[in-house]
Amino acid sequence: MKWLRNKLDQARKPFEPGEKYEKFAPAINAFDTFLFTPNHTTQKGAHIRDVSDLKRTMITVVLALIPALIFGMWNSGAQYLYQERGLSSVLDVPFMDAFVEGAILVLPLIIVSYVVGLTIEFIFAIYRGHEVNEGYLVTGLLIPMIFPVDIPLWMLALSVAFAVLIGKEAFGGTGMNILNPALTARAFAFFAYPLYMSGNAIWVHEGSTDAVSGETILGALASGSYDGQISGAASNAVAFSNPAAEAGTSVLAGIDFYDMFMGFIPGSVAETSALMIIIGAIILIATKVGSWRIILGGLIGGVVMGLIFNFFGGLGEDFVTQLVDSGRITMDQVLNDAGAVAALELGGWDATLLEMGTNQLFNFPFYQHLVVGSILFGIVFMATDPVSAAQTTKGKWIYGILIGFFGLLIRIFNPAYPEGIMLAILLLNVFAPTIDHYVIQGNVNKRKKRLKKAKVQLQAA
Amino acid sequence: MSKDIRVRKGLDLKLKGVADKSIVDAPRSSVYAIKPLDFHAVVPKLVLKEGAKVKAGETIFYSKYDEPVKFVAPVSGTITEVVRGAKRRILEVRITADAVDEHVDFGKMDPNTAEAAAVKTRILEGGCWPFIIQRPYDIVASSEDTPKSIFISAYTTAPLAGDVDFIVSGKKEAFQAGVDALSKLTSGDVHIGVGKDSKLGSITNAVVHKVKGPHPAGNAGVQIHKIDPINFGEKVWVVGAEDVATIGNLFLTGQFHGERTVALAGSEVADSDRKYYRTIIGANVSTLVSNVNTNETRIISGDVLTGDKLDNNQFLNFYYNTVTLIPEGNEYALLGWLPFTRNNIPSISGTSLSWMKGGRSKVDTNLNGEERALVVTGEMEEVLPMDIYPMQLIKACMAGDIEKMENLGIYEVAPEDFALVDYINTSKLEAQEVIRLGLDLMITEVG
Repeated sequence: MKWLRNKLDQARKPFEPGEKYEKFAPAINAFDTFLFTPNHTTQKGAHIRDVSDLKRTMITVVLALIPALIFGMWNSGAQYLYQERGLSSVLDVPFMDAFVEGAILVLPLIIVSYVVGLTIEFIFAIYRGHEVNEGYLVTGLLIPMIFPVDIPLWMLALSVAFAVLIGKEAFGGTGMNILNPALTARAFAFFAYPLYMSGNAIWVHEGSTDAVSGETILGALASGSYDGQISGAASNAVAFSNPAAEAGTSVLAGIDFYDMFMGFIPGSVAETSALMIIIGAIILIATKVGSWRIILGGLIGGVVMGLIFNFFGGLGEDFVTQLVDSGRITMDQVLNDAGAVAALELGGWDATLLEMGTNQLFNFPFYQHLVVGSILFGIVFMATDPVSAAQTTKGKWIYGILIGFFGLLIRIFNPAYPEGIMLAILLLNVFAPTIDHYVIQGNVNKRKKRLKKAKVQLQAA
Repeated sequence: MSKDIRVRKGLDLKLKGVADKSIVDAPRSSVYAIKPLDFHAVVPKLVLKEGAKVKAGETIFYSKYDEPVKFVAPVSGTITEVVRGAKRRILEVRITADAVDEHVDFGKMDPNTAEAAAVKTRILEGGCWPFIIQRPYDIVASSEDTPKSIFISAYTTAPLAGDVDFIVSGKKEAFQAGVDALSKLTSGDVHIGVGKDSKLGSITNAVVHKVKGPHPAGNAGVQIHKIDPINFGEKVWVVGAEDVATIGNLFLTGQFHGERTVALAGSEVADSDRKYYRTIIGANVSTLVSNVNTNETRIISGDVLTGDKLDNNQFLNFYYNTVTLIPEGNEYALLGWLPFTRNNIPSISGTSLSWMKGGRSKVDTNLNGEERALVVTGEMEEVLPMDIYPMQLIKACMAGDIEKMENLGIYEVAPEDFALVDYINTSKLEAQEVIRLGLDLMITEVG
């Protein structure tokens, strides 16, 4: 250790104040402080300090992300190989084959994300003369985890650059940003390169080729072609199944809750496995790095919204069954073109009921909503970003609940992009300061009321 | 009359080196010093010059903007040096002490029967007014004010700090006289916060509150917040428990006896030396500790969270009942940021397993990281048992937003209430300094 320390001290010399490369000190400091916690002692305030610092906090988040990332690598490879090799299950792919295939796909994403993002961070640290903040350790890993596996690297690089430059540094750097940087990257890519970020063909490696389907459950639900686990009266179940899926042409046929929970489904690189995300959540909550209030609030919001939609979906299903039974429309009409059915002068509430009865996302059970798509990943790893989240205790509850609420609302009502959690979190990022403002205003008002009371007492005296 | 206060938020730091509860006399210091910097926002006007002979209790300087507030010599002797800093600011007035003290005699007075004005004048003349600290702003009280209440905390919670309840219980008569005198100065009550086993429960002329909970429950600021919070325009005074006894002594004996009982604590103090020492305000620290290598050991006048760093041969702070010695932590730690390592340092962070470690810890002065932007939220609230948003208040102070500072409760806090925020903060923010600067801004802008 001493040998390494001496070497480092020697290497640092040209970067000391007054020396030739003084300006580049933040860069060498970043490497130095990564290896060694510095020998700085307290000079002001409390003479002793807690062991926790930002590096430790950020590394803990990285630690919490590792299970989902490892699983994501495996799943990215497995989803591709099982279709390409024509196997009957994802689990039939040999583990190492899947993992190596996935690693080859995912590692370049991680490398590009870190190289581009950290380069910008270093440039800004040198330009502004402050230390390199550790926040990008987490952001840099999160970004590749929430992108489709086949995203071209240059698009990823541009998204990262946009997120760091416009999403963070423009606001003053780590701690000052309004939006979650990782989601800013995803939002940028989503709007700039929609073909590569949405639709049903992109979620599995080479998903657009004939041999492989890249469809996700949410995509299938939004387009009405999912035949998996839609609940409802058994008699209705058949009415909502897709003939194509029945014929076994959809890769999603037969996926059940277990698969969704474990994550053996197509999706963004590391957001498919609820189990791995829950392990991450446990790490975040146990280490107090992530706010359990936001996570629990998000789940409550999601469950409540899911239940509301399931209730109306149930009403819709009953209505459709009544229509078919009464002979007003035929099952073919329901299956082939719900819009045409609506045109049968149903109008008003009846048309709405018909829509709710035929929209598969309405009838998708609420608990299954929580394990597909990126809602869980978003709530656990994105919503809990302390900089862009609400900062007050009460505010965290409100913020979390609204994210779950809006996440499902956008998912169900926006057929073009069923993954609503990204938009919900970004929306609440923007409103977090407002939520905090009103929570704090409550405290301010309490103080003002107390003052008023004291004045009245004083006058009485 | 007794009311109980229970504080739930906070943190008790269990550190190595608690002083044994036995009191001995410290050797008499050859030189004593009164340091104007101990009295925040006071501009000193010297009365006596170098070479002047002084008696204990004789005025050395007064406050330029509040002339009745006198600062007196703690011992009799000769003023040998006035140490000045930049712009000729007075840093220390050093007095070479006589072998035996000669006191100015102010005459005995019974505070219970005396007029309130006479009591006040006696405290001012007798040099005891600087013991009275005003909230808001945490400065020496103005001699023109009448506070809505006066608070005395005899409940010590700061790590390794001298137990003032133990110190004062041996001076109960003087303490009672001090309380009697102070009760004449307020339109409201004198409140005393005590621990559950305190012997001060029988004190009269005051409301005694039993306080329970972790640090900073012993801070007067926390007790004020729970009992009688400060609103805009209101003033509350705070007096240290031993200082109350010193005020009482002024009335009982007619003389200023600046006795200060100091707990010598910390992991770097030899076991046999760790006890309470009877000394005098402004004594040289070498009378308590000698030959300390200050590259390896930090001498703190006060507790580890709020005290002042001293070098060898410097002088004790005017107010503190503690001297702490802890190791300097100027060492590198290989991969020190790894979670679940360095668990010997007490931590509220879940990335440390310090909660599994029993017993007391040896802690050094290493910052354990570097200063960063404020990122982690919710941690400050865990150690501040007040209905105040600490992070928002700190940000308002940093921004100098006076209205926001007022709204968020700046009048109710003192830097010491944010000492634990200094300790736990992940971003290594200097919260006490930020609050002090915020309060200073309020003094100049609001007054």
